[in-house]
Amino acid sequence: MQTETAIVEMKKIRKEFPGVLALDEVDFRLFPGEVHTIMGQNGAGKSTLVKVLTGVYRADGGEILLEGNPINPESPLAAQKLGINTLYQEINLCLNLSVAENICIGKEPRKLGRIDWSAMYRQAEKALARLNITIDVTENLSVYSIAVQQMTAIARVLNSEAKVLVFDEPTSSLDENEVEQLFSVVRKLRDEGMAILFITHFLNQTYQISDRITVLKDGRFVGEYRAENLPRLELITKMLGKELTVFSQRARRKGAEESGHPDAPVEAGKRGGGEPLIRAEGLGLHGSVEPFNLKVEEGEVMGLAGLLGSGRSEAAKLLFGIDTPDEGDFFIQGRKKKLPSPKQAILEGMGFCSEDRKNEGIFDELSVRDNIIQALQIKKGVFHSIPKAKQQQIAEKLIKELSIKTPHAGYPVGKLSGGNQQKVILARWLATQPVVLILDEPTRGIDVGAKLEIMEQILNLSKTGMGIIFISSEFEEVIRCSDRIAVLRDREFIAELDGENLNEAKIMHIIAGGK
Amino acid sequence: MERLRSLTQKRIFWPIMALVVLMGFNLFFTPNFFRLEIKDGHLYGNLIDIIKNSAPIMVLAIGLTLVIATKGIDISVGSVVAISAGVAAMLIGNGVKGDPTHPIFVAVGAALLVSLLAGLWNGMLVSRIGMQPIIATLILLVAGRGIAMVTTNAAIVWLYVRPFAYLGQGYLLGLPFSIYIVILLLVFTHLATRYTALGLFIESVGINNTAARYTGINAKNILLGVYTFCGFTAGVAGLIVCSTVMSADGNNAGNGYEMSAILAVVMGGTSLSGGKFYLFGSIIGALIVQTLTTTIYAFGVPPEIAQIVIALVVIGISLIQSDKFRALFYGIAGKKAVQP
Repeated sequence: MQTETAIVEMKKIRKEFPGVLALDEVDFRLFPGEVHTIMGQNGAGKSTLVKVLTGVYRADGGEILLEGNPINPESPLAAQKLGINTLYQEINLCLNLSVAENICIGKEPRKLGRIDWSAMYRQAEKALARLNITIDVTENLSVYSIAVQQMTAIARVLNSEAKVLVFDEPTSSLDENEVEQLFSVVRKLRDEGMAILFITHFLNQTYQISDRITVLKDGRFVGEYRAENLPRLELITKMLGKELTVFSQRARRKGAEESGHPDAPVEAGKRGGGEPLIRAEGLGLHGSVEPFNLKVEEGEVMGLAGLLGSGRSEAAKLLFGIDTPDEGDFFIQGRKKKLPSPKQAILEGMGFCSEDRKNEGIFDELSVRDNIIQALQIKKGVFHSIPKAKQQQIAEKLIKELSIKTPHAGYPVGKLSGGNQQKVILARWLATQPVVLILDEPTRGIDVGAKLEIMEQILNLSKTGMGIIFISSEFEEVIRCSDRIAVLRDREFIAELDGENLNEAKIMHIIAGGK
Repeated sequence: MERLRSLTQKRIFWPIMALVVLMGFNLFFTPNFFRLEIKDGHLYGNLIDIIKNSAPIMVLAIGLTLVIATKGIDISVGSVVAISAGVAAMLIGNGVKGDPTHPIFVAVGAALLVSLLAGLWNGMLVSRIGMQPIIATLILLVAGRGIAMVTTNAAIVWLYVRPFAYLGQGYLLGLPFSIYIVILLLVFTHLATRYTALGLFIESVGINNTAARYTGINAKNILLGVYTFCGFTAGVAGLIVCSTVMSADGNNAGNGYEMSAILAVVMGGTSLSGGKFYLFGSIIGALIVQTLTTTIYAFGVPPEIAQIVIALVVIGISLIQSDKFRALFYGIAGKKAVQP
């Protein structure tokens, strides 16, 4: 099937950022008719390498060969002209134009100087047919789902002279069916001889789609493997550079049950014997989430499991005072409270890591230090500014504790990798020493290593007595961390599990149970 | 070299450089530009004129800096200048004998209060109604002129009460009094924003409004606060303008000031897309704008093309401040250096 000559060859690529050597003589090859995935932890240099290839960054050393000829793309546009096309995570199409216009933009077929609309529609339909999609191409793109929009983006690329296709985390906003649909398209393009570079954080997907895997670690090239010759465990070991036995040790409940470990922690909630840290009774908001009961005891991890849009985040937003409930009561350590704003919630000792790190979490222009002290500063009040030296001390302590990789505390947080940004937000809440911490998808969009570190942090925090609400669509993670799990479906709390009922199959069954 | 490098990384470096270059140009090409004379114990000269003339813009720029840091804009400040001047002038009265109808402090207080309310109005529209700042303040830009005209009965009000002239024309310790107002306001604003967490919160709202809310910052009140303060600074600028020319002209007072002030803020290093703000930079920016105007007229550039020359210089200064442009420039220079 594939020829053994690479279409793209990157040799000894070096890229330096102030204080960080992001790529240290990294090699990378891309073959026609193959899907190649780059794997690595946060800060391994995956996205930097891709950005060098696609012209976003320019390498400080090394060379890039395209079909044997040295190239040096100065911009994404230049790379595109060379035939290297990128499909970004955020789709950059014009939602207010028709599907056909989006596909043919810049090369509309013309007749007598005017756009030949019917020819354009046919051309667009043809391009989409190649992806097994038949839709009304005269409709505005905005009426279609993200998946179709993504297909439109692919069709646009196919409508040009593409030799190399780069998919930058295309699956993060798709559901399972849509992912499968995308994969069949990717496979089809691969079989037609396209060289495809695929970036994803999902281990499963990596194995579903890849022919070849390159592993990077700390900006260095670890190796290039054929996917079938690289078992999962070995891949993870290579990415982390350490053995993965930690996996099971970290599972508190599971670990304790399986091994009958004598150090198994005391059953949560039975320590204090008093009131739970927080308790919601019939709390609900019309159109957001149905009334629910929920309590979190001292030192307990309460998991919320459910699919995207099941009401998990909506519930969290009610608990944290972002949305105001229209019914039900909320108690903090037995005292009935109303939380009209996040500020009130913070003052009552709560913290909330939003699932949308970029839009609801970080202040990218501000330093790591400023980002970390934000919530603590709110707690202290605007006129009790934390002295600079104290800020530095708090920031440095948390940077060390959470092993946040940053050149220094004054570094803009926007320049850190996703996992490190997530840790900064976690640090922001830890600085306030919260009583209850709500973590909404804290592991989304970050790699396996950072996920483990964050889960470990969660378990450590709960050991200090902190109550934690842990929300994730990866049930495996919820199960691994939680003492009890509430299952949500269609904006409703439908079940609560604990003990031996905490397993993936059970949750799936409940969610799939229908009405 | 390393120290020079870290110096050029400072945001304030480039505005100061631009000002120094402008001054350097004058040193060589404009005769007597730097000459200072002492008459009656006061300093006179081009430099003093620049400071004096730029005082209202500096005052406006201080308020606008905070608004712009929240990713907002206030284009109504010129109109508020006219309202403030009108209110003050009407209360002082145009009695030729020189006796004010109301005490000066009452007139000044009323003018500031009205300006504060104008700012509060803008702030309400932006923070509570959720209007886009440029539209919200466009309303007052237009309506404010009308209000100013009504205040002054659609006529230019001339003032003859000498003590009021001190604000814009007086001297203290040899320097124009207005510059002390600027310094006072600058120090106050600096302390209020940098010695509390207010500055951090303002920047946070500008960078990411939603995240700010989720972190417990009351973004609405921050917005309300900065627009109200901006109205207040426009009121102070209005008093200086009114006192300098000893008249209030509802139609022309402060006309176009909003653009000069925005330009000053941007040239001072605060980005229109919000976030980090530089109060001192805005003051430098205002000085650049004024020095540029003074230089061009002193240099004898015909008035009809003066605006074009100003525009070109502004483009140049803006480019120098852009990291990307400098990187490009260094890139070219670097390549040349490498070639044998």
